[in-house]
Amino acid sequence: MSALLLRDIRLAARAGGSAMLALAFFASVATLVPLGVGPDLALLARIAGGVLWIAAVLAALLALDRLFQADFEDGSLDMIALSPLSLESVAAAKIAAHWLTTGLPLALLSPLLAVLFGVKTIAALFVSLLVGTPAVSAIGAVGAGLTMSIRRGGLILPLIVLPLLAPAVIFGAGAAVGSAGALPLLGAFSFAACVLSPFATAAAVRLNLGS
Amino acid sequence: MLFRGLSFRVETGRALSLEGANGSGKTSLLRMLAGFLAPAEGAIRFGDVADGEERGKFVGWLGHHDAVKAQMSVRENLDFFAQLYASEAGDTLDALGLARLAELPGQYLSAGQKKRVALARLKLTKRPLWLMDEPLASLDAAGKKIAADLVAAHCAGGGIAVVATHEPLGIDCDRLVLA
Repeated sequence: MSALLLRDIRLAARAGGSAMLALAFFASVATLVPLGVGPDLALLARIAGGVLWIAAVLAALLALDRLFQADFEDGSLDMIALSPLSLESVAAAKIAAHWLTTGLPLALLSPLLAVLFGVKTIAALFVSLLVGTPAVSAIGAVGAGLTMSIRRGGLILPLIVLPLLAPAVIFGAGAAVGSAGALPLLGAFSFAACVLSPFATAAAVRLNLGS
Repeated sequence: MLFRGLSFRVETGRALSLEGANGSGKTSLLRMLAGFLAPAEGAIRFGDVADGEERGKFVGWLGHHDAVKAQMSVRENLDFFAQLYASEAGDTLDALGLARLAELPGQYLSAGQKKRVALARLKLTKRPLWLMDEPLASLDAAGKKIAADLVAAHCAGGGIAVVATHEPLGIDCDRLVLA
């Protein structure tokens, strides 16, 4: 399992791709919003949690469509599926790799962007993204597994995944501004998503390998 | 229905050449043997093992695509699958004539060189049942000889190879022609 995890991290870094692209998207959106909304710091601080959370979710989705598709298209997934590793373990490794190369860097960048919004609860925002972004990777993996054999599946993926991520955005935006009770709910949601997703993702991948 | 009344047996130590026109079902049959597809009726057995996923544990797979990552070197490509299959690349690079290409990223390999990497990967799986889809495609004469020798050595060691191909394997093997 660690071999697959390390390979996916290595590929994400070498492709120059997913991690940097997601960070650039996140930073662009977070920079544009204050320009559009205006210099009202009180208003910016009030909407910061929601805006940064939505930007982070959309940024994380950018790299999700290739989570299984790249291996499916070049035949690697057949070899991986026939290895001693269960498809559930494969899904778990890929979810972890996606979070380490996308969710974690987004959370680390968030305090810097929070300054643009005049956010006073910077630590709460950081912790909410740290706790909540694993749910984005986990739920996104199910969508990636379902759409891996579809050409331009990246366009369908957000339609499948975004409604399922509504609780993460609601609890995450609340936790980012320090709302009481939001962080435990976000943690519970994220934990449940990470535990259940590998099974749902493996089923989706299995379905596509047999098609 | 793609196959009706299809029945065959491959003995230990033998290779089976799976032949037929485009669209005759060679790849689908290989995917059924690997357990990716389930037959609508009937059964596929490897020894006493009939379940598709269980059967997959005996399968070494060489698919139509070469599964070589462009951003990784030949050695990294092989090492990854060696770790995944709890095996070792060992002398595989030398055996397939890939030693001088070991540090070259996959993106710089020709189609024939990628096929050699795929053959090397198949060898290191150390699985008894090899399922190969067009293993000779893109290979030059020397590469075809290496591939044929690899299959022959595998069978001589007690393995089984089922090979979908459009051209003669160049080794002693059984034939199944799909209409």
